[in-house]
Amino acid sequence: MDLSYTPEEEEFRARLREWLAKVLPGLPPKPDPEDWPGRRAYDLGWQRTLYDAGYADVHWGASPTTRLIFLEETEKAGAPYVGANFVGLLHAGPTIATEGTEEQRARWLAPILRGDEVWCQGFSEPDAGSDLAALRTRAWRDGDHYVVSGSKIWTSHAEVADWCELLVRTDPAAPRHRGITWLAMPMDAPGVTVRPLRTLAGSAEFAEVFLDEVRVPVANRVGAENDGWRVTMVTLSFERGTAFVGEVVACRRVLGDLARVAHRNGAWDDPELRRRLGRLNAEFRALWRLTQWNVSEAEGRGVPGVGGSVFKLRYSHARQELYDAAAAVLGPDALDLDRPWVLDRLSSLSYTIAAGTSQIQRNIVAERILGLPKGR
Amino acid sequence: MRFRLTGDQEALRAGMRELLGRRFDGAALRAAAGAPGRLDRGLWRELGAAGFFALRLPEADGGVGLGLPEAVLVFEEAGRALLPGPLAATHLAAADVPGAATGETVVARVDGGLVEWLAEADEVTGDASGAVPVRSVDPLTPLHRVPGPVPGPAPRPVPGPADPVAVLLTAAEQLGTATRACELAVQHARTRVQFGQPIGAFQAVKHLCAEMLVRAETARAAVYAAAVTSAPADIAAARLLADEAAVRGTRDCLQVHGGMGFTWESEVHLHLKRAWVRAQRAGSNAEGEEMLAAELLG
Ligand SMILES: Cc1cc2nc3c(=O)[nH]c(=O)nc-3n(C[C@H](O)[C@H](O)[C@H](O)COP(=O)(O)OP(=O)(O)OC[C@H]3O[C@@H](n4cnc5c(N)ncnc54)[C@H](O)[C@@H]3O)c2cc1C
Repeated sequence: MDLSYTPEEEEFRARLREWLAKVLPGLPPKPDPEDWPGRRAYDLGWQRTLYDAGYADVHWGASPTTRLIFLEETEKAGAPYVGANFVGLLHAGPTIATEGTEEQRARWLAPILRGDEVWCQGFSEPDAGSDLAALRTRAWRDGDHYVVSGSKIWTSHAEVADWCELLVRTDPAAPRHRGITWLAMPMDAPGVTVRPLRTLAGSAEFAEVFLDEVRVPVANRVGAENDGWRVTMVTLSFERGTAFVGEVVACRRVLGDLARVAHRNGAWDDPELRRRLGRLNAEFRALWRLTQWNVSEAEGRGVPGVGGSVFKLRYSHARQELYDAAAAVLGPDALDLDRPWVLDRLSSLSYTIAAGTSQIQRNIVAERILGLPKGR
Repeated sequence: MRFRLTGDQEALRAGMRELLGRRFDGAALRAAAGAPGRLDRGLWRELGAAGFFALRLPEADGGVGLGLPEAVLVFEEAGRALLPGPLAATHLAAADVPGAATGETVVARVDGGLVEWLAEADEVTGDASGAVPVRSVDPLTPLHRVPGPVPGPAPRPVPGPADPVAVLLTAAEQLGTATRACELAVQHARTRVQFGQPIGAFQAVKHLCAEMLVRAETARAAVYAAAVTSAPADIAAARLLADEAAVRGTRDCLQVHGGMGFTWESEVHLHLKRAWVRAQRAGSNAEGEEMLAAELLG
């Protein structure tokens, strides 16, 4: 058991820090959350900056430990988060990298890395959420195209995306998991309609996507026809890898800030509140160690293990507890949307739902790790 | 960074598990519970010979020359097997009390207001004068109470903060219990059939088991990391998580066992009771939380 980093890793960290210190002060101001074109430009611009400095493919090319260091240091330095590049860098990109043909990799990967194109994820449907394999969006073959009709929902960044990693049903007669195909759909294709949905935090972070006889070239299919479920599982396993490293670092910073605010406003005098913050300190320390443990496992095995589900379960609840504690520190100010942490508290409510609800994660842990039988 | 067990550490853990499986199996556990207060001196010496107590002493002093990470691994195994005896107290006395390192001498330790295994001990760390026996909730841990600080000509010193190593070794034992509780629950959930299916197929049971694993694995990362850094805040964090994983895990394990879990005959209650005993040892959760709160202010 070793928590120290190799000289090469330390050098990577030092160079990265130096570079961040140089480049961050020159960044343009953060765009307004409602300004979608501005957000797109900002997020892509940051990715381009990373690309020019040689850091663009840290999410796929680098070792898990290097990725951990990258995410830790960029978060500590206050660098922009992946934002609109999320699906490209962490879902679609890795999937294309492992499952795509040479041509597909050449077409799609470079623009993701260079910060030229934004991807979104069209998996969930109104009647297929946790039960993703129930998806019904249909695709028929018509010559060298698929014709796609149906609808997707909760599609994050759909408004600003160039591409959608889309799951469609190509064989309705086959068993559910065997009739699904993975397509890369251009979002500007005729027949694609995006209707933004407001989240409970007030902003339009995701959307409904209606598909009316959208023509997608067969050449945009990644993996074989009807093999999309397996292709998708590759994507989801990436989702449960190191995706939360930056967030754990951020939570630990928030916790420190929270303690200082409590110290100033008198909340600190309440031993119950102090102890609650102390316990959260233990919690996020442990989550950081669990991240390091999972990264070391991934390093040893080459793929992220099931440990990701254990982490996601614990982390998403801890994050909600953190912002509940923030509300306790803020008192009445916790109802003022202009106060720090109030919007974050609202956003934290999605953590136990998005990317597999806590109930689904518990099923996964119980069935895949503990080997308990599936229910009838 | 390679935050995983090394080959040597895996071997050490396997060796300890093998020794305990051979010398302290389920039958031995039930026999011990039936004859409370008696320590198996033969087993104690065997532990000594295996290096359990001398693990962290330098080789030059006849020790094994290993560190806290290894100590944590063997204490986790002891916790998993529910091994009785003042393990941490004797381990901590290995450098100072003759015979402790080899398992010849059994050492008890005054901790807060309690002493475990006082009557069986050959030596005591701390002042146990005036100790009175308690009818211990855990049949496998005899307890004495020592009076609190009293004014007088020779005032008993107010206890300082708990020894961080004692805290960490306790956390390691709790981790072993948390892991064992999850294993026992899963075994039972796979085999017990109700409504025509294994109860583990019911989501309510499944989710209890999943949460047990999540708590145990989160605690594991914290305990192992604290053993590597030996930083006081890491140790305090490890302790809080391990206590929670053990105390709640053994409870949930009992629930999964149904009526069987409420019997004396099943071993489940022994794990739960030991988790309660250890939670009283080496400083309170409140102290750990306060320490970690203060640490946030830097
Ligand atoms: C902020 C946010 C962003 C998102 N972004 C995207 C995106 O970009 N692309 C995309 O495709 N999707 C996205 N999603 C969708 C997300 O993946 C789904 O919301 C999630 O999988 C749950 O599906 P659902 O909303 O249909 O809820 P349901 O599946 O209807 O679940 C409702 C409740 O029932 C429970 N439940 C369901 N099945 C079971 C079961 N078998 N056992 C026990 N309990 C069960 C759930 O845990 C939940 O509590 C996003 C969601 C959110 C909140």
